[in-house]
Amino acid sequence: MHNPAIAHHIAQNTGPLLQMRDVRQSFPKPDGGELLVLDGVQLTVQEGEIIGLLGRSGSGKSTLLRLIAGLSMPTAGEITYLGTPVTGPAQGIAMVFQSFALFPWMTVIENVQIGLKALGLPEEEIRSRALGAIDMIGLDGFESAYPRELSGGMRQRVGFARALVVHPNILLMDEPFSALDVLTAETLRTDFIDLWSEGQMPIKAVILVTHNIEEAIFMCDRVLIFSSNPGRITSEIRIDMPHPRDRLDPVFAELVERTYVAMTVQAGRQRPTTGAGRSDHLPGAGIGIMLPQAEINDLAGLIEVLDSPLYDGRADLPILAHSLRMAVDDLFPLAETLQMLRLADIEGGDIQLTPAGREFAQAGVDDRKRIFHRHLLAYCPLAAHICRVLDQRSMHKAPITRFLNELEDHMSPEAARQTLHVVIGWGRYAEAFAYNGHDQYLSLENPS
Amino acid sequence: MKYGHIPVAVAWTRSRFNRWDLVAALLILGLLTLLTTASRGALQPLSAITAAPLPLEPSHLPRYAAQTVMRMVLAMALSLLFTLSYATWAAKSKRAGMLLIPMLDILQSVPILGFLSVAVVFFLSLTPGRAFGAECAAIFAIFTSQAWNMAFGFYQSLRSVPKELIEASRNLHFSPWMRFWKVEVPFAVPQLTWNMMISMAGGWFFVVASESISVGETQISLPGIGSYIAVAIAQQNMAAIAWAIVTMAIVLLLTDQLFFRPLLCWSQRFAAEQDPDKPAPRSWVLTMLRRSALFAMLAKPLATLWNRGYRPPAAQGRLAQYLHKVRPNSWQRRMQQLWLLIFLAICLLALWSVAHYVIFDLPAHDLGLVALRGLATLARVFAMLALATLIWVPVGVWIGTNLRLATTLQPIVQLVSAFPANLLFPVVALLIVKLRLNPELWLSPLLILGAQWYILFNVIAGAMAMPRELKDASRNLQLKGWLWWRTLALPAIAPFYFTGAITAAGGAWNASIVAEVVSWGDERLMAHGLGSYISMATTQGDFDHLVLGIATMSFFVVLINQLLWRPLYRYAERRFQFN
Repeated sequence: MHNPAIAHHIAQNTGPLLQMRDVRQSFPKPDGGELLVLDGVQLTVQEGEIIGLLGRSGSGKSTLLRLIAGLSMPTAGEITYLGTPVTGPAQGIAMVFQSFALFPWMTVIENVQIGLKALGLPEEEIRSRALGAIDMIGLDGFESAYPRELSGGMRQRVGFARALVVHPNILLMDEPFSALDVLTAETLRTDFIDLWSEGQMPIKAVILVTHNIEEAIFMCDRVLIFSSNPGRITSEIRIDMPHPRDRLDPVFAELVERTYVAMTVQAGRQRPTTGAGRSDHLPGAGIGIMLPQAEINDLAGLIEVLDSPLYDGRADLPILAHSLRMAVDDLFPLAETLQMLRLADIEGGDIQLTPAGREFAQAGVDDRKRIFHRHLLAYCPLAAHICRVLDQRSMHKAPITRFLNELEDHMSPEAARQTLHVVIGWGRYAEAFAYNGHDQYLSLENPS
Repeated sequence: MKYGHIPVAVAWTRSRFNRWDLVAALLILGLLTLLTTASRGALQPLSAITAAPLPLEPSHLPRYAAQTVMRMVLAMALSLLFTLSYATWAAKSKRAGMLLIPMLDILQSVPILGFLSVAVVFFLSLTPGRAFGAECAAIFAIFTSQAWNMAFGFYQSLRSVPKELIEASRNLHFSPWMRFWKVEVPFAVPQLTWNMMISMAGGWFFVVASESISVGETQISLPGIGSYIAVAIAQQNMAAIAWAIVTMAIVLLLTDQLFFRPLLCWSQRFAAEQDPDKPAPRSWVLTMLRRSALFAMLAKPLATLWNRGYRPPAAQGRLAQYLHKVRPNSWQRRMQQLWLLIFLAICLLALWSVAHYVIFDLPAHDLGLVALRGLATLARVFAMLALATLIWVPVGVWIGTNLRLATTLQPIVQLVSAFPANLLFPVVALLIVKLRLNPELWLSPLLILGAQWYILFNVIAGAMAMPRELKDASRNLQLKGWLWWRTLALPAIAPFYFTGAITAAGGAWNASIVAEVVSWGDERLMAHGLGSYISMATTQGDFDHLVLGIATMSFFVVLINQLLWRPLYRYAERRFQFN
């Protein structure tokens, strides 16, 4: 417990603040089936802790936060807040949004006051509490400014003040720093942690959704790691370092490394391709797998960086991410794609180029395309499937909807669109097939 | 945090024609025939009434102008009320929206001017006092010219409120009532203000047309600028016509300066993001209001009342509780069945009324004639649209690419567009009579006289929206002449142009009802077309032909919208939008 004010609270209080049992969330699919987003989630939130929910986009961590906030209802399972089931937005649970979600037509102070007005508090109390929150969060002098006049960092401070002013027990934060630049985000994190450890904030627990490993280690007491499709909690990492934490501390680096390994192990479990079984097909890898969002230029760039003398084909993922200034969401899709295409291997938090990957790095434009073409058709079932279908058609053409419908049997329409978008980008680069965005037809490049 | 920009006119985002459009069409057609039938009986007792002509001294004009403005204001208030309720209902209830939105769509295509006489007779029959009934009819006519556009815009705003703002308001425990006034309405204010301006501009045309109507033997003349000019035409008093035109210009200038400029300026507050390239609109009136201590004193109690309004008092809380109580499923099912039953009954009534009309009243031998006349008006509309395009596209691009020129001229063009073109009709009529021109041909320009401005100011907006870097790049690549037009200017303005052309075409169809028959003193000029067909049927009080004419025109408008304009607009939007 790093919060003395709350630590003594806990001595006299019993029971957790929040409890989730076997929570499951799914959405109906157009074909009548259901799309599982969250499955078997167990979570207990005690007073005085900051809990981090870490995972990639699509792992359902934001969905989980919305369930806690009472903004949507779980399909199954139970969520209790202070012992009573959550059936709607509960009083005492406030939220900070990634996009700030400030009301643009209200000034800073109006934005901060509005939550108190909704509760129907007396005018004087609203005013004094709002001014108090503004003062605490460092917004003095900006009371009558409109959000559009503020920088991103100041806007998010308003977001914090608006959430804190209602004196919530639990503060939910949905990637609150990811829309900010690096320096501003760091300032806000530090300020937040300072206020927290000094016990100045009227909150008892924090749940932070993030895809930034360092941020999670920097702020949280417990980090829960999510898998994707469906979202499940796969592991938990405890962080007992006292605040303020030093990123250069070897313990910190060790924790970051452990988290990376935990996340890559989980990625490996989904698509088990380690050095051993190179020649055999991916088990269970049909066309229905959501493809990572990886642009061809980024892939080539990553291969080149790995091939450079600095790494000589092998790199530690946290170090690589740090030197490239990338977060999990940016790096993992790339690494995973390389792994899928057998241009690199991922093992225990390390990424290593395969011989084909190194060949790619050395090759010229045309040879690169040839290598990529070969690997794409061999290891990306969806690309191979598209080529096969196009080949069988008399005109070597097919509307994009044909594949979209097929993919939607396995994933949400949104995911299907993204996946197809990704594979079209790869196919175009490899010159495996062409796409005409105007009539939305895929065709074989130069079928003659 | 860009929450979207304000389109120049209502953009169409709704998807294809579906079966709900058919139900909506049936309901509206049913309502039309039902009203006509109801009005028919009411016509007789009033047939003897004729209004005394208004005095034409210019000194009366301020009073007339005030009365005309009053009608506009009342209609605008009504339209606002309608917008806030109808569009909200459509946006909140998915089931209701499925029908309400197609209905709006078709109502937009019904030529209001043709319906005017029916409305007049209907309101006269409802109200014992003659003047009051006629007033109601005039206000109703203006309302119908304003409301659909506003409701559409508001509906689209409600549908596009950012999800995180809704989530934030729920997280902060706003009541639905508070959310409406503190989140949804403010979010819609910029769009709504813009649509109000467009609607108001269109409304002047209708207020002029609706003040002086003759249905059969009934001659109705409400004191106002429209009636004034009608009398002036009858008496061939050129000076009086000039006075009326000047008065109208002054009225427009005043409403713009005193009402719309401040409103537009104020609505900037609700825009999420300000475009740094565009200078913020300024209004001396708003500045005055904001700085004046007296006004602040007057406004304070209002503001307090307002701030109290959205806070649910106990009674309101109970009401909200009642409304949001979780009902047992059986109750919900029963409500659903009841709702379905009522809906079916309305549909059946509409069906019966249409069938009755088709079987007993439809002048079947006229069908061919009406179709031919429709084609004649169609040809006129498109010829005039082409002409306006040829003139205004180059001018608009020229103005729009010159930022300084554009910022000064755009408000002026908007002001000019509000000028009711029908005030200018007698001038054209006089020219045709004096020069002995062929009315079949020379009345055509009247169709586009008022509607052409939609093309101009949309093109200006499109040219202004061209990204600066693209302009620089094209200069860097030495793009000139036709190549420049083809590669940059035309694609850039295409979505805007189509928005303007669609609005202009709709306006032209509507205007045909008053533009294909124009009189000067006793001289009556007529161009054969669907507009004059409807107009003649009105004058003769022949409701069967009137309904046929209106239905045909609506059919033409809906068909052309579906088959031509929407595909074109969607294509332009998909291909040529910058983002």
